Amino acid sequence: MENRTDKNSYTILFAIGMVLIVGSLLAFAASSLQERIAENKRIEKQQNILYAMGVNENEEGSMAFVSKAIIAEEFTKYITKQIVIQDGNVTEDENAYLIDVKKEQTSAKAGNSRRLPLFVGEKDGSTFYVAPIRGKGLWDAVWGFVAMDANMVVQGAFFDHKGETAGLGANINKRFFMDDFTGEQLFDASGSFKGITISKSNADPLNKDKTDNEIDAIAGATITGDGVSAMLRSELKLYVPYFKTLKNN
Amino acid sequence: MGLLSKKDSKLILDPLADNNPITIQVLGICSALAITAELEAAIVMSISVLFVLGLGNVVISLIRNIIPSKIRIIVQLTVVAALVIIVDLVLKAFAYELSKTLSVFVGLIITNCIIMGRFEAFALGNGPWRSFLDGIGNSLGYGVILIIVGFFRELLGSGTLLGIEVLGDPIAKTGLYAMGYENNGFMLLSPMALIVVGIIIWVQRSRNKALIEDH
Repeated sequence: MENRTDKNSYTILFAIGMVLIVGSLLAFAASSLQERIAENKRIEKQQNILYAMGVNENEEGSMAFVSKAIIAEEFTKYITKQIVIQDGNVTEDENAYLIDVKKEQTSAKAGNSRRLPLFVGEKDGSTFYVAPIRGKGLWDAVWGFVAMDANMVVQGAFFDHKGETAGLGANINKRFFMDDFTGEQLFDASGSFKGITISKSNADPLNKDKTDNEIDAIAGATITGDGVSAMLRSELKLYVPYFKTLKNN
Repeated sequence: MGLLSKKDSKLILDPLADNNPITIQVLGICSALAITAELEAAIVMSISVLFVLGLGNVVISLIRNIIPSKIRIIVQLTVVAALVIIVDLVLKAFAYELSKTLSVFVGLIITNCIIMGRFEAFALGNGPWRSFLDGIGNSLGYGVILIIVGFFRELLGSGTLLGIEVLGDPIAKTGLYAMGYENNGFMLLSPMALIVVGIIIWVQRSRNKALIEDH
């Protein structure tokens, strides 16, 4: 005797029913949680920007952002100005940090002019310029925030990733990697923009030489490292004209 | 046995040794290679699989009599994908930091053959309680191997355990490194995970000859 569940009509009905139930369940979950998720992402961005310029709760060996409870306050306290650079014109925009770098990159590819957000912060009397960057790692997106002084010397960096290999490329968001960037030069000795290369062959694993434009790579994470080098070079280069105007003033 | 009958406790204990999902059933090998470069990642993955497999087995077992056999694999896949995505969304909304750590594993869990394997081999033919125990047992067996592999790969590859430098500082040359010891970077690459799993299989089968298949 044929089983009831073997019938074609039953199979099709079951498939339709299952798709409807699972689909609406997922849609319901996604839309009802959307607001909270967006809010979490916004807070994370503020935490990352402050982290890059050294406002964090790091202790020896551990890594911690400014806590969620005080982030809004701290963000307005330390970030004094947010600007958007477009075609050489600089405008102030207090929500510049909400600009989606990924969307800007896509629209720039389509031939539109790109909006470049830059966050100006003050801490202990010095001024920091924090730029968001975004690129490709091995599996998915990698991004970060680089804090620089007016001469484009790196003062701090924060990196993160969507899906790099755990234990290898995923370590770009660990302190042993990020801390190396502090003090590193983006220009070479002759004064032209060179970026920073994540190098497997540099003879400076302790990163004592800050003018070699190189950071010691993570073993087993070559392609993630190359992705970080590429985004540092291509994204930060876009900010060079703005920093030149800073010097002239 | 108290809480569990003898038959039920076998469901938990068997996969830990003589019916281990990785070393005997050869399920879940891919993720065992992918995320064992660090002990912490291995532990997080084990806990995630424990959760998804335990719950997924119950769901599949509850609907086992109404699943059309012709599309049962797709149904199983849908159930596990939906479960994992909902958990991921809830974590993103209510425990954002935790979700950042777990997001890498979401894709790996959905495609983990241990989950589909246990749905197909066990939950489709057994009641919810037994399926739940089977899910817990198998994910524990999976976790044990992951943690063993992660332990050796992180220790020999990076000289650390859970991120703590247990063998000294390789750059400042303290501890073992002062005596000329070097980390084996090869341990961090996936082929070495396969070799470590191979060694576990070897040890296990030489201890219990009954596990050796005849060809």
